[in-house]
Amino acid sequence: MIHDFTVVWTERSLMLSGLANTVILSVLSAVCALFLGAMLAMLLLRRNKAPVVAARVFVDAMRCTPFLLFAYIVYYGLPSLGISFDNWSSGLLALIIYNTAYMAEILRGAAASQPPQPVEAGMAFGFSGFGLYRRIVLPPLILSAGPVVGNQVIQIIKDSAFLTIIALPELTHAASSIQSRHYVPFAAFISAVLLYWALCLVVETGVTAVGRRADARR
Amino acid sequence: MSAADVLAILSGAVTTLTLSAIGILLGLPLGLAMALIRWGRVPLASQLVAAYVSLLRATPLVTLLLLLFFALPNVGVPIGPVSAGIIALTMNTSAFNCEVWRASLMDFPKDQLEAAQSVGMRAGLRFRRIVFPQIVQASLPALINEMSLLIKVTPVLAVVGVVDITRAAVRIGAQTYEPLPPFLVAIAIYVPIVFALVTVQRRIERRRRLLAAT
Repeated sequence: MIHDFTVVWTERSLMLSGLANTVILSVLSAVCALFLGAMLAMLLLRRNKAPVVAARVFVDAMRCTPFLLFAYIVYYGLPSLGISFDNWSSGLLALIIYNTAYMAEILRGAAASQPPQPVEAGMAFGFSGFGLYRRIVLPPLILSAGPVVGNQVIQIIKDSAFLTIIALPELTHAASSIQSRHYVPFAAFISAVLLYWALCLVVETGVTAVGRRADARR
Repeated sequence: MSAADVLAILSGAVTTLTLSAIGILLGLPLGLAMALIRWGRVPLASQLVAAYVSLLRATPLVTLLLLLFFALPNVGVPIGPVSAGIIALTMNTSAFNCEVWRASLMDFPKDQLEAAQSVGMRAGLRFRRIVFPQIVQASLPALINEMSLLIKVTPVLAVVGVVDITRAAVRIGAQTYEPLPPFLVAIAIYVPIVFALVTVQRRIERRRRLLAAT
């Protein structure tokens, strides 16, 4: 058993590059999804009908679709419509689009529990439209939704593992190739699991730190 | 894509739903048992459960499934794709259920327990008559949410060769060289199931809010 782990250790560069790819995928898609989700949440919070319904349908459809099937559609399905990407672009695209819906829903939910006075005050000071949303509505939403956004980032890290099915060289894929090359399944996958655990603990610590800072500012 | 292909995907759906149901039925009591261990602060076991839950909540289901599927035969435990799938789903969902049950146990009013104790109820009876019915009520929306999450990760089972919705769709896509239609059929099966669960959850939550407001 110890010997198996030394085999994984000799392949550490492969494992670490898998870890790096998982981090790159997760960070890029978390940042983009949060940004796009904030834009989409602005639509969801508006009153005029047509765009709200379209945004609502998109968010609900994504929330009811398994990520793995969605990734399959982007990678294998879209080429038959003449749109094709390599595995990196389609993996990243799938992660971003899918999580945009979740982030938008999280921010919309947080908006429901915010007091209306700051927004009214902002309007009284002449803020409107996008300026009002960006300066007055959004900042407290992101702070109060912090822990839930953090959970979603953990979900993104875990979803990125699904991209192993489209041969994207992330952490699970690295563990798979080490196990098939040396036949050390236990050591390879346990190492991957522990690295995922470490990543999630880092995210959780980050969320706690942000939460503490938000409390201090209040 | 022919009608027979749609039927093949539907029979995959039966497999998916059966495995999800088994995972849910095993995961609920297992999660409750672990939550009780933490609630009762059982020495050592409580710390072990905390570590298990933290680890499992951070582990992607694909990685867990591949670990079980390849590593268990390696240590002399023969395992097929279906049983590996059931174990992985159960381990995953039990960790999340544990947190849900634990949250409602933590919120449980102490005075009720003390009242039950003062009329001479023993621990087992207290749990059965007083605690359990109320924490089921309190946990229900979150538990249903976890069920919908569980169903959303089931396509992973296809990775080790369980012939579920996803595997059936992939196979048909490979045969007909048109992967899009079978995937859309697969999504058309998933969406209403998950949507139904989400709707039930929302309805319970809204009724709770209205009851709390009155």
